[in-house]
Amino acid sequence: MFKNFFESLGRKVLEGFEFVGGLANLVAQAFYWMFVPPFKKGRIFEQAKKAGIDSLLIVSALALFIGIIMALQTAYQMQRLGSEMYIASIVALSIVRELGPVITALVVAGRVGAAIAAEIGSMQVTEQIDALQVFAANPVKYLVVPRLLVLSLMLPLLTLYADILGILGGYLICVYKLGISGTMYMQITFDSLLYKDLFTGLLKTVFFGMLIAIVSCYEGFNVKGGAEGVGRATTRAVVGSFILIITADCFFTALFYFVFP
Amino acid sequence: MAEIEIKNLKKTFGANKVLDGINLKIEKGQTCVIIGRSGCGKSVLLKHIEGILKPDDGHVFVNAKDISKLSSKELNTMRMKIGMVFQGGALFDSLTVGENVGFGLTENMRLGERELRERVEESLALVDLRGITELMPSALSGGMKKRVALARALCIKPEIILYDEPTTGVDPITADSINVLIRELQNKLKTTSVVVTHDMKSAYKVADKIAMLYQGKIIAEGSSMDIQNTRDPVVHQFINGLARGPITET
Ligand SMILES: Nc1ncnc2c1ncn2[C@@H]1O[C@H](COP(=O)(O)OP(=O)(O)OP(=O)(O)O)[C@@H](O)[C@H]1O
Ligand SMILES: [Mg+2]
Repeated sequence: MFKNFFESLGRKVLEGFEFVGGLANLVAQAFYWMFVPPFKKGRIFEQAKKAGIDSLLIVSALALFIGIIMALQTAYQMQRLGSEMYIASIVALSIVRELGPVITALVVAGRVGAAIAAEIGSMQVTEQIDALQVFAANPVKYLVVPRLLVLSLMLPLLTLYADILGILGGYLICVYKLGISGTMYMQITFDSLLYKDLFTGLLKTVFFGMLIAIVSCYEGFNVKGGAEGVGRATTRAVVGSFILIITADCFFTALFYFVFP
Repeated sequence: MAEIEIKNLKKTFGANKVLDGINLKIEKGQTCVIIGRSGCGKSVLLKHIEGILKPDDGHVFVNAKDISKLSSKELNTMRMKIGMVFQGGALFDSLTVGENVGFGLTENMRLGERELRERVEESLALVDLRGITELMPSALSGGMKKRVALARALCIKPEIILYDEPTTGVDPITADSINVLIRELQNKLKTTSVVVTHDMKSAYKVADKIAMLYQGKIIAEGSSMDIQNTRDPVVHQFINGLARGPITET
């Protein structure tokens, strides 16, 4: 029994190394092919449209709700202390520094990442990836590069948008429920937010976007075993992205804490 | 040296030994048909000629160049001379039929809009398809997909064409017109062809040479006549489609 446990543990660790190695390899290839001409803008716009439209609605709804939740939860504490004034700044800081970036990244991983893994995975099982090679089109250049670029640009934009909606959610609660004046709320929000809060919040989403693109493409390319395999790859892409996003976030938060104290 | 020369090619996937020392020569302008049971590695063999799969051992020479030793640039140049028709078509489902057929040209050459359209229509006409360039592949029947895939391979005007079961899943009349097309390309353009098929009728029709793949090796090789008059019990069983015989494993 113990032997089995260690065996399966060992196998998991090896699989983990293989996964990380595969991702690193794909990143290297993607960056290489990014700078090899010809460059086709069409593919990038196409991906941008897909990725943006796919996530805009959910990001809007979730960001607004998160803003409302944050305001209510903070209000619960702050009312006891009689310092409702701080709600605005706590909402603004938590959303801009943490919740906006992470929630947006998770939504994009769930929608766009899953779609990427499914699309590339089904291309793999129907031999379309092989067909690309037959026509001298490199699959990494053709499929990974545009997705990598789009997600690493799109995620900061979506996050900025989520930040605004999140703050709006807090505004709605504070102004219409708790009776704080609107101008006051906005005043405190802008006073409490520093450029570095916005900057660090958006900077990490560039990496989250890359992570999502790379993990999803990797899982898509490595599909084995027909339609069922495509389903598995989609799940793995989403779960893998979630884990890596939170891990990277932990790393970045620590890094920024010491670099921009 | 022959146009395509395969020497002692070996390939194993995990514990599955698929190709176990293949030797085969195909001369320029020749049509070689490869027959063999489902799962015996015919598609894997074609993918080695195209350089999509790398040999574990052995060599594949095309135009006297070892495919697995080419730089990626040389390999791309080589690939533009080799067309491949995939078993399931492998049409790009995010592109229209026209974009699919012209894919090799748009990716690798700078052609004008008009010239591109002409080449695409010309290739589709070769397989008797007209007026479908704007459709998406999902709107096509299985047989039409197969023919579009054929047109896509022809569009780059390759010197070598690899056909993976071009006549499976199409009606007998279309199947025959594909056979005729393969012969015509050979006569007019001196195209070298490798045709994988289970369809013995079409094999006899197009082949200059038939090679049978069995248990990872080429066990018989010869003209249609030689193969039909074989004494090898395995080949005999296969070409006559008999349930009883030396081949028993499924
Ligand atoms: N990329 C791959 N990874 C692992 N195994 C593979 C791969 N490609 C093929 N195989 C295995 O190699 C064997 C031969 O496959 P192949 O597709 O060449 O058969 P085939 O002769 O073309 O059969 P069919 O007539 O059914 O198309 C099969 O057992 C298949 O599972
Ligand atoms: Mg096959």
